[in-house]
This record gives sequence, C-alpha cells and structure tokens, in this order.
Amino acid sequence: MFTFKSRIAILAAASLFSVAAMATDVTGAGSSFVYPVVSKWSAAYAEKTGNQVNYQSIGSGGGIAQIKAGTVDFGASDKPLDQQTLAKFGLGQFPDVIGGIVPAYNIPGIAPGKLVLDGPTLAKIFMGQISMWNDPAITRLNPGVKLPDAKIYVVHRSDGSGTTYNFTHYLNQVSPAWKAKVGQGTAVNWPAGIGGKGNEGVSAYVKQLKNSIGYVEYAYALKNHIGYALMKNAAGKVVRPNTKSFQAAAATADWKHAKNFELLITNAPGENAWPITATSWVIMYKKPKNLEHSKVVLDFFKWSYEHGQDAARSLDYVPLPPSLVQQIEEYWKTQFKL
Amino acid sequence: MAINIYTRRSAANILAMLLGGIATVIGLVFLAWILWVTLKNGFSALNLNLFTKITAYGSDGGLANAIVGSVGMDLLALLICAPIGVMAGTYLAEYATRSKLGATIRFLNDILLSAPSIVLGLFVYVIIVVPMSNMTNGAVSFSGLAGSIALALIGLPVIVRTTDEMLQLVPGTLREAALSLGIPQWKLTVQVLIRAATSGILTGVLLALARLAGETAPLLFTAFGNNFMTYSPLAKTASLPVAIYQYTNDPSPAMHAIAWAGALLITLFVLTLSLLTRLFFARKKVSYE
Amino acid sequence: MTASSTKPATRDTDRRSRRDARHDALFRRVLLFCALLVLAALLGAALSTLWGGREVLLKDGFNFLTRSDWNPVTDTYGALAPIFGTLVTAIIAIVLAVPVSFGIALFLTEIAPSWMRGPVATAIELLAAIPSIIYGMWGLFVFVPFMSTVEPYLSSTLGKLPVVGALFQGPPLGLGILTAGIVLAVMILPFIASVMREVFRTVPARLKESAYALGSTTWEVVWDIVLPYTRSAVIGGIFLGLGRALGETMAVTFVLGNSYNITSSLLMPGTSIASSIANEFNEAVGLHRSALIALGFLLFVVTFVVLLIARLMLRRLERREGS
Repeated sequence: MFTFKSRIAILAAASLFSVAAMATDVTGAGSSFVYPVVSKWSAAYAEKTGNQVNYQSIGSGGGIAQIKAGTVDFGASDKPLDQQTLAKFGLGQFPDVIGGIVPAYNIPGIAPGKLVLDGPTLAKIFMGQISMWNDPAITRLNPGVKLPDAKIYVVHRSDGSGTTYNFTHYLNQVSPAWKAKVGQGTAVNWPAGIGGKGNEGVSAYVKQLKNSIGYVEYAYALKNHIGYALMKNAAGKVVRPNTKSFQAAAATADWKHAKNFELLITNAPGENAWPITATSWVIMYKKPKNLEHSKVVLDFFKWSYEHGQDAARSLDYVPLPPSLVQQIEEYWKTQFKL
Repeated sequence: MAINIYTRRSAANILAMLLGGIATVIGLVFLAWILWVTLKNGFSALNLNLFTKITAYGSDGGLANAIVGSVGMDLLALLICAPIGVMAGTYLAEYATRSKLGATIRFLNDILLSAPSIVLGLFVYVIIVVPMSNMTNGAVSFSGLAGSIALALIGLPVIVRTTDEMLQLVPGTLREAALSLGIPQWKLTVQVLIRAATSGILTGVLLALARLAGETAPLLFTAFGNNFMTYSPLAKTASLPVAIYQYTNDPSPAMHAIAWAGALLITLFVLTLSLLTRLFFARKKVSYE
Repeated sequence: MTASSTKPATRDTDRRSRRDARHDALFRRVLLFCALLVLAALLGAALSTLWGGREVLLKDGFNFLTRSDWNPVTDTYGALAPIFGTLVTAIIAIVLAVPVSFGIALFLTEIAPSWMRGPVATAIELLAAIPSIIYGMWGLFVFVPFMSTVEPYLSSTLGKLPVVGALFQGPPLGLGILTAGIVLAVMILPFIASVMREVFRTVPARLKESAYALGSTTWEVVWDIVLPYTRSAVIGGIFLGLGRALGETMAVTFVLGNSYNITSSLLMPGTSIASSIANEFNEAVGLHRSALIALGFLLFVVTFVVLLIARLMLRRLERREGS
C-alpha cells in the first residue's frame, strides 16, 4: 500500500518533528483505576530524571490490546493475564499498586461506616433476592441500627471495569448462588438495578437515589461523602475499609506461590484484611523490541516503589508491602531480558 | 362570515407567532441552564494554571497541553474536511441533482452522519495507526494526525450535507444569467454560486467544528492523549475532550472543576471562532435577492 | 475589418473555449473524486465494522438481532434491547425537537426585530458547541434530579390515561428513556434550527411579498410559501438531527440508566447501541468485543433502514401532491 518513497518521506518527517532530546519518552496505556497515581508519579519522575512517562487510561482491555499490538511500551490491567496468554505473547506482569472497593449506600439517617454487611448478604442484595432494607438478613448483622422499611435500589457499573471484575470475583467466592446465576467478569448480566458509567456515575446515582446501594473504589466514597459499609471478612471479623485493612489483605495474600503474580486478593484470609481488595498489574514484553524504552519503564516503577508511596497514600491507594516489592525486583532480574 | 374568517386567520397568526416565541425561549432556557451549570462549576478552576500548567501535575494541574493539542487537531481536521466536504457537496448540487450516483452518495452521507464516532475512530486506528506503527517499528503509532483524520470523518458529512442543500437553494436564474454570459461552469460555481451560498456553507463548517471539537471517543484510539506538551503532528497528542474525560473520572471534586473549566473553554472556543468568521464574512456577503 | 484581423480572434475564442472545456472537465473530475471519498469513507467504516463483528455474526447469525439477552459472562449476545433503546430515544428526540426548531426558525426569520436575530441565532447555535460530555454531566448532576421531581406528576396525570398511561409507569428514578430523549432533543435542536433558519432566509423576497400583497398573514406565508419552497432542505436538516440522535454516545450514556431492558414505560432505564459500545468497549475482549463492533455495524443498518423509510414516505408525499 505504501511505496518506498512515501516510507522515506514519512520517516524523514518523523525525524524532523521528533524533538531531539536526550530524555526518553515512553508510553503506557490501560486501567483507569491507576491513572491518578501513575500520572502523579510520572510528573514527579519527569522532574527528577527528564524522562517522560505518558500514561493514558483507555481501560484494561484496551491496555492489553495495545501492548499486544506493540503500539505502547507497557500496558496496565486490573485483571491479570493467564499463564497461557503470557507465554504465547512473551509477556510478563507485576503488580504496581493496591486499592479497595467498598459497598456504598445512601440510607437517610445512617451515617457512613454504620452499616455492616457480609458477603452472602451483599450477593443477595445485588441479585435482587433481598429487596428491603429491613430484611432479617440485614438487621441480624446490624443490631441497634434502625433500618427503614424501604425498597433497595441497586446501582452497578454500566461500563466494563476492573472494579466490577474484582467485586464479582468476591461475590463468586462467597455465594454459590451468585456463581451459578451471574458469575464474574468486567461486565456481567446484572439481575437487578440500574447502571452508572464509571465510579463517578455510580457515586452520583447513589448520592441522588435514597435507599440505594452500589460499589465504588474507596476514594470515591470518601471524597464524595457517601456512606460506605463495613464488611465481615473471611476470618469472621468485621473490618473497616481503610489503607490498613487493604494493606493487611495484600500482606496476607499468598504471593509466593502465584506464578507471574496471577493472584486476585479478594476474600484474603487475614484477621484484619478488607475482603474486596484489588490489585493492578503492569504488563510488558519480556524481550522488548525497544530495549531502551523498557529499561525506562522498569526504572520508573522501581522509582515509584521507593519514592511514590506518599503520593499513593495521598490518593487513597496502598503501596505494595516491602516483601512483595522484593519479589517483583527479583522477578525483573530473572525474567526480563534487558 | 367574512369577519369570522379574518379573525380566525389573524388569531391563527398570533398563535403561531406566540408559539414561535415560546419555542425560542425554550431553546434559550436550556442554553442558559447548561451554561450556568458549566460556569458555576468551572469558574473556580478558571485561572492562569489552566493555560500554563500541563495535565500531568495532578491536583494543581492545568490544560495547557490539551489546549494546544485540541486547537491544532481541530484546525487540521477542518483543513482536511472543509475543502473535501465543500467540493463533494458542490458535486452533488451542481452535477448530480438527478443522477443515481448523486442519490446514492447523498444517502450514504446521511448514514455517515449517524455513525458512532467510536466506530470512525476504530476505522482510522486500523487504516492509519496500525500501519504507521508497523512501518516505523513503533516509533510513530498514535498521532495527532490520525486524530485529525478521525475528527475530519466526523465533520465531513455535516459539511457535505449543508453545502449541497445551500447550493441547491441558489436560484436557477443566477446560473442561467451567468451561463448566458459565456462563463465556464467552474468559474460560475466558484465565483457565483459558492459566493452566493457562503453564509450557508459557513454555517455547515461551523456546525461541523462544533460537533468535532467535543468528541472524545474517536481520539482515544487515534491521538491517544499525552500528559506532556507536544507540538508535532506525529506525536501522541493531548486534547481537551480526553483531558476532560480523565478529570471527570477522578474521585476528587477539585479535578471535576478543571473538567468543567475545560468544557467552558471548548464552548468559548467554538463560540469565538463562529463569531469571528461571521464578522469576517458578513462584510463580504453577496446578496442575490 | 478584414479576415486577417478576425481570424486570431476566433482562434482566441476557440482556444479559450477549449481551455474552458478542459478546465470544466478537470473541475468536475476533482469534485467527483471528493464525492467518491465520502462514499469510500462510509463503505470503509461500515465494512470494517462488519469485518470486526464477523465472529459474533457468523456464530449467531440472525439470532444476534432477535435475542434480547446480553451476557458477557456466558458470552451470549443479543442486540434487541440496544436497537429498541436507540430507536425509541431518537423518536422522542425528533418528536420534541422538530416543532421547537421550527418555532425558533420562524421566530428568527419572521417575528424577531432585526437587531435580535443575530445574537439569538448565535445563541441557539451555541447549543451545538457544547461538548456532548457536558450534556452528559449536566444531565447526570442537574437534569436527572430535576426529572425525578417531575416524574411523579407524569405518573399521576399522564400515567392514568388508558393507552398512553403504560408509557409513564415506574419508579421516579429521574433517569431512563424519556430523560435521554429530552436531552437528545436539546442536543439536536441547534442542528435542525440553524438549517431551517438558513433555508428560510433563502426564499426569494419576491415570492413572499407577492403573497403578502394578496393579503396573507405571516403564518400563512410561512406555512404555504416558505415551507413548501424549502421542504427538501428542511427535511435534510431533520435528517441531520436524526443522524446525531441515533449515533450520540456520551450524553445518552450518562442518563439512560444502561440496563438491557425492553419495557413499555418511558420512565424505565434502557440502553442504546452507541452507549453499549461506549460503556463496554474499553474492557471487552474476544467475542464480547466482536459483538460490540457488530453493534456498530447494526447502527449503520438501522440508520439505513430509518432513512430508507423516511425517503419512501417523502416520495409518496410528493406523488400525492403531484396528482
């Protein structure tokens, strides 16, 4: 389709336009979950080293598609790739940051953090089987809380998302009925409720609709002053969502035996572990076409593990536990041919 | 009886005029409502940071790179689609009013109008971005140029449609008068007809600009976006709509204010451009009545 | 005058007319090329969606059109609910926007004092300049809560009527098909109104003045002279709006409620082709992605059918008027 001449012309134009700088510009794409923290890191990293890491949130699916097509230097996904796909494309993956997902509610008279739920009840609510707030299943978990005799409006994500993937993965583990009827995925066939686009859309609907419940990333509930529920975790303890309980989930997860870090940390076993905790992964070629770019990418994430923790905390993410960082750096040495 | 008819006719007239006025008020109320909401939410973020800082700075971020990218891509898109659209529209109006080919193109153009913009973006991704990436070994993949082409595809059918309609409305007597003077067809078209229809064609171009300036979906897979400042049309390029989209997805309300301010900027940009072109062309307009 | 002096002149005109003919042919060819580019753009886009959607179309064939379940987990996809939502929201938008646009065009060309026309026309065009994501955000944060206060009245008044009543039942969520239709109507208003106004202005003053001279009222001039004279262009403007309504994504996504439902009530949440694509495309892989691209192809088909029907109705109208 393109003649030799036009190729030369394009290459000449490309070299003409590209700024002849010493710094390296690398590109990443994918998960919108990590966009705020990665762009904050990237700004600080650019100031420090002059290398520009341009990260765009086009969705995890988009990130995976682009790294496979070779149009970006790294992809980011809220859903790990399986071993077969990794091997087939020669890709490697490692976690970059951790966050929590919370059930968000709007019940007049009940303040944030005053409602307790457990996994099976949450699954029944989202299946439409529990349809009233004063259902015995809910009141049993909340002695002393005055729950209204009102219909529950369920709000879920309408767009495909890693948040939905982790949320449904959790419900799958705690409710056989959910597993049989709905299952897990970035988008599922919701038995009940209305769909809002993005964490933003769900937050807005929950805020506007009285007696509604949805699920959002922790930062959205916090910053928008929406009620968030406490959860009974796998150890049977009632825990509050915060960076401590998210970190507890990350720390008690069995990373040592997870090949290529393929492990979802929902329903983690620890006493203080928040049950709906999610990880995001960086995906790269183990033998990249452009060595220099990939070196910068790894250097960027190494820098972010060491210096980006405060930035992550300020945005309500959880930095990776030190043991996991060690394991990742070991993984880079053994797996990546750089 | 006679009076009866007259009163009925003038009553119908007054009623129609009244309804016309009410319709206009409805339109203006919605405009005021939306603008007010945009202003109220975006005003706090309207400051110099918007124009001097780039998007990567987080909560004290700006839109400088997105503004540069958007202005560049929108104008390049217009440079691509306006000439092609006007010429295609002229062909339809002057050479193909009755032909089968004309009818087919007109029909397909109407379908192109409603093509979801994300689909047009994907099309450009397949025919421009992927080949470029393969050819340059990944050095050039997503680019401002690809973004402009996707935007041009969105603006094109609007311009074709309006040019065609406006030229057809130029009275036939004008054509006949010019032809009888022995003016060749192309001169007639360029110097007489298009000039007579300038205001209408301009409306089409501005509607096209208004439509493409706010598009997000086709840019994600073509221009991609950039957290840093770029000036090259072959670089991954930031744009206001994509920046707005990113800022609205952020949990913190401070970021939403930047998004609203960005929206205000797009609206003002299209408004200024349309006022300027109107002022400029109002003087040159040829009347044919 | 001798023959020698006229000869160069005729040769000159000859040469000139030959040159003109050559230029004319070239001009025509360039224009034709541009028109064919439009054709190529559409065919390319349509065929690329057909190609991208081949997996699901080969697997499900016609079932893809008639099934109403959409389940990414079990990888079964049916497009009925999005098609339904797309058509119903677009119809509501057109029904609301056409009369209002006509009223605006009438006001701007016949009623308003001349100093008012320019500013008001620019203001209406400004509605088109607002990015669709802003319509979405305004819809989500301002208009949806507003509609949730209006909807109980709709249910208790219109909802009581015998046949249309079913259209206005349901919980007052504020979001849903009706809200999406209204937001779309506001979005396409400037497109239809600007075109109508432009074409109304092109009606020769001679025609209108003759009618006035015969004693017609302003309304009669507009209805009997202006509208028939500009009818094809007015319908073109409506198509412009319809096209935008069918393909609009972001604004609809924020207010439609996004659930794969087919309900009789306009107050219930629904989904549309464009919003399904926008919602799920970023995270979709494999058959799911193929199904979404196939939806894009379906939108081409739906638009094709809608426009074809409109065209046929138009032709019948013309024939009836001719006889």
